[in-house]
Amino acid sequence: MSNSGVSLADIISTVEFNYSGDLLATGDKGGRVVIFQREQENKSRPHSRGEYNVYSTFQSHEPEFDYLKSLEIEEKINKIRWLPQQNAAHFLLSTNDKTIKLWKISERDKRAEGYNLKDEDGRLRDPFRITALRVPKLKPMDLMVEASPRRIFANAHTYHINSISVNSDHETYLSADDLRINLWHLEITDRSFNIVDIKPVNMEELTEVITAAEFHPHQCNVFVYSSSKGTVRLCDMRSSALCDRHSKFFEEPEDPSSRSFFSEIISSISDVKFSHSGRYMMTRDYLSVKVWDLNMESRPVETHQVHEYLRSKLCSLYENDCIFDKFECCWSGSDSAIMTGSYNNFFRMFDRNTRRDVTLEASRENSKPRASLKPRKVCTGGKRKKDEISVDSLDFNKKILHTAWHPAENIIAVAATNNLYIFQDKVN
Amino acid sequence: MFARGLKRKSAEDGEDVEGGLAGAQAMPSYSLQRQSLLDMSLVKLQLCHMLVEPNLCRSVLIANTVRQIQEEMAQDGTWRVVAPQAAGRAPLDRLVSTDILCRSVREQEGERPGPDAGDGHTPDLVPGLATVPSAQALRSPQSSLWEVDSSRENRGGFQKSLDQIFETLENKTSGSVEELFADVDSPYYDLDAVLTGMVGSTQSGHGSGLQAFSSATAPPPSSSCRSDLGELDHAVEILVET
Repeated sequence: MSNSGVSLADIISTVEFNYSGDLLATGDKGGRVVIFQREQENKSRPHSRGEYNVYSTFQSHEPEFDYLKSLEIEEKINKIRWLPQQNAAHFLLSTNDKTIKLWKISERDKRAEGYNLKDEDGRLRDPFRITALRVPKLKPMDLMVEASPRRIFANAHTYHINSISVNSDHETYLSADDLRINLWHLEITDRSFNIVDIKPVNMEELTEVITAAEFHPHQCNVFVYSSSKGTVRLCDMRSSALCDRHSKFFEEPEDPSSRSFFSEIISSISDVKFSHSGRYMMTRDYLSVKVWDLNMESRPVETHQVHEYLRSKLCSLYENDCIFDKFECCWSGSDSAIMTGSYNNFFRMFDRNTRRDVTLEASRENSKPRASLKPRKVCTGGKRKKDEISVDSLDFNKKILHTAWHPAENIIAVAATNNLYIFQDKVN
Repeated sequence: MFARGLKRKSAEDGEDVEGGLAGAQAMPSYSLQRQSLLDMSLVKLQLCHMLVEPNLCRSVLIANTVRQIQEEMAQDGTWRVVAPQAAGRAPLDRLVSTDILCRSVREQEGERPGPDAGDGHTPDLVPGLATVPSAQALRSPQSSLWEVDSSRENRGGFQKSLDQIFETLENKTSGSVEELFADVDSPYYDLDAVLTGMVGSTQSGHGSGLQAFSSATAPPPSSSCRSDLGELDHAVEILVET
């Protein structure tokens, strides 16, 4: 990744491990997808085990122009979701604001030689000159990784797509925009089913939008969607075709003592993720991460403060628009820990068992490769201790919005603007 | 800070709100801060009004904040209308008296005006303010209190802005266009198909033009589509002539 200046197109906009964790995909503002692959064990290079190197790079989306509305459609990749692997090839869904694409990533390491009808350099042979037939032989070649678009799911979203989620049936997936959620079949591109629609008849009455949506990891009929009012609705597709009525409604009652003009904005949920077990879900709002038991709608079972010291700065953060930043969150493979990003290239990890949390920094200056990360601390007032950083010195342009956790091991990927950091637990 | 209900750190000398003209420069009053937040929000809404495709979530959150401020201003009497006989007085006097009124109201209710702040209001004021979307209630000829005027203007102004913004969003995502996006079967998005459909239709107009190729019955063009009609007619004219 380049470190000289920040090209806007290089800003990473999504990070996602595949089901095995061997592949890590990133999408950026320029519409590109870069896939990293984990190195296999290699006795001659013992340190390389676990390193991720570039496996494939391709242009997923291009900028488009919507002629009917005279609007440009950004090529920025909003989300990438992998499909479970079914054969040698890998499949992923990538989406920008309007169009979802299914990409096939396959390896080619053999090439056929000895064709009858054409020469080695590709020129056609004159069929009348051929006197003998031969069987083409497969010869090894340098590994080539090809990405090809297999399906394009377009024209189903009036508003900006914020989420896609593959169903546990591995046949369908949902896509959500600000006001609607659609259900697709992976094989069918010319139609989708609308399953949630919160658009009011009169747009002037609009007060709430959908911010994220996800399918349950095991129950293929269940999904959740979060809103800008800090609520989560769980829907069951068996109950009706249009899931405008929820089965469960998760909302924590507001604390009246902390009410301010910014209360609603900071309660807006930027991300919702089911735990791997399917028993819990996690929501991220501006200042905290909450873990919910799916059987209890009245309040979360855990609340973790990400950067409470920002509460007194909300007005400035409103002025510079940082209050609208959408942070994501993720679970560890065993659901014992959760992680989310913050400002100043800080990210936070919370151990749910020990109740300990740590703040770490993703930056080149403050960490050497293979050195352990040093915990950081933000000083909220009074005397600043050595190594602490004061709230007013935080760089709000360095935000970590996207993080991902390996599905099985303690390896994490952290996107800091245009740089990708991969950290892992020290083995010995 | 702007947080309602939280004591400001600098107000160490008790809970009195530092209002009044003299204190305004040294320590902005709560109402001035709130007004400034309102102004900032309106500017933000205008900004996204001008953007190519506004971030809907951000617009909705800002608009809700604006509404919230407006409701609180209505509740604690910032828009209290002074009786008509006060119209003869000098504007400055009226400003001071309104401000004192606000302060005393707030002191009565404590630091946090709650939902029951409506008690202190004149009955004829409440119905007018309760119907938030209709700005007509406040446009009725009243005294020319500049503060009320400016807040009325503000309210009318940002009410208009809110309406404008959502209308713009509606324009960009008009109902008939949405019919297009539901259940896509044919490649209607092919520009040729669009043009053919429009040229084939003898009537000009947004809704009828789209009906030519929309399989579902298009809804009657909503009022918010009307501003699109002129542009589309113009575009079709150009295309037909070429």
